[in-house]
Amino acid sequence: MNIRIKTLTKGIVDVSPLMIPVVPFGIIFGVIGMELGLSALMTFGMSVIIFGGASQIVLLQLFSGGASSLVAITSVGAVNSRHLLYGAVFSEYLSHLKLTWKIILSYVLIDQAFAVSNTYFKKNKENEFKHYHLLGAGFTCWTVWQISTILGIVLGSVVPEELGLSFTISLTFLALLINDFRKFKNVIVMLVSGIIATIGYNIIPFQAYIIVAALSALLVATLLTLINLEKK
Amino acid sequence: MMHWSTIIYCGIITYLTRFSMIFLLKEDILNDKTKKILSYVPSAIFPAIIFPPILLDNTGSLDFESNPKILAAILAIIVGYISRNILATIFVGLISYWFLIFVYYQ
Repeated sequence: MNIRIKTLTKGIVDVSPLMIPVVPFGIIFGVIGMELGLSALMTFGMSVIIFGGASQIVLLQLFSGGASSLVAITSVGAVNSRHLLYGAVFSEYLSHLKLTWKIILSYVLIDQAFAVSNTYFKKNKENEFKHYHLLGAGFTCWTVWQISTILGIVLGSVVPEELGLSFTISLTFLALLINDFRKFKNVIVMLVSGIIATIGYNIIPFQAYIIVAALSALLVATLLTLINLEKK
Repeated sequence: MMHWSTIIYCGIITYLTRFSMIFLLKEDILNDKTKKILSYVPSAIFPAIIFPPILLDNTGSLDFESNPKILAAILAIIVGYISRNILATIFVGLISYWFLIFVYYQ
């Protein structure tokens, strides 16, 4: 099989298990958008233009709370600032590509695609067409997200709120960490992040608790890494 | 009132968070130490998204009593730890959550 198609297919297959919880997530987003009185086009437009589930839900929350545009935009930027770090990790693998590739791949560099393609890139550094893995994984996420948004828009208020499907958001991100549960240092970093975010949720303005918690946890990770190097 | 301009600005900012590092950084900038630190990125970010909705109630107060999400999340973590299976982790979490809210707490 052509190596490009093979790598693209691998990306689609690798990311597929992560798509199952994305479907209820997208449906929830669509349903909430309609409940808040946004037009179907605007709700769908958010999924196409922003394409970042957690930040889209945060944007809806802020909109329903009457936040100003500036606060909303700042918050979305804060929630999505984690992508800066994804980009930094991937720059190593993507720096040789043409600008067109970088422009296209940047659009689909989301959590799930990062998680599976990062694992693939680490193991397949020699594959000249390894970026096809991110292309496959990323556009699988994109397609599933758009379809589930439309499903949510169509279902509207039919999905009972009692199902508590928003809990799957937490479960999805939790499941993305299972390979790190056995690493002691990672668990410390996770606890620092989680505890600071929980405390900061009410204290830190502009929904910036995510980036504050993440940067604090990353600082701890840096200290842990430096201590480890000294021991050697 | 939600305006298209807000959505478009959010889209531009989000896109720039993804594009800027890929566009600006080259591979030779990252040394082994930096890579090791960056490998902690998911562990540093995801819990900030996971913890608050589980531990806090609708008013933003800590809720440790009669909170089915904590128990369901702990079960999901145990299953994830043992199985390292993404789907098993999510399904155990969701099914135990549904059991708790529809059966146990009824």
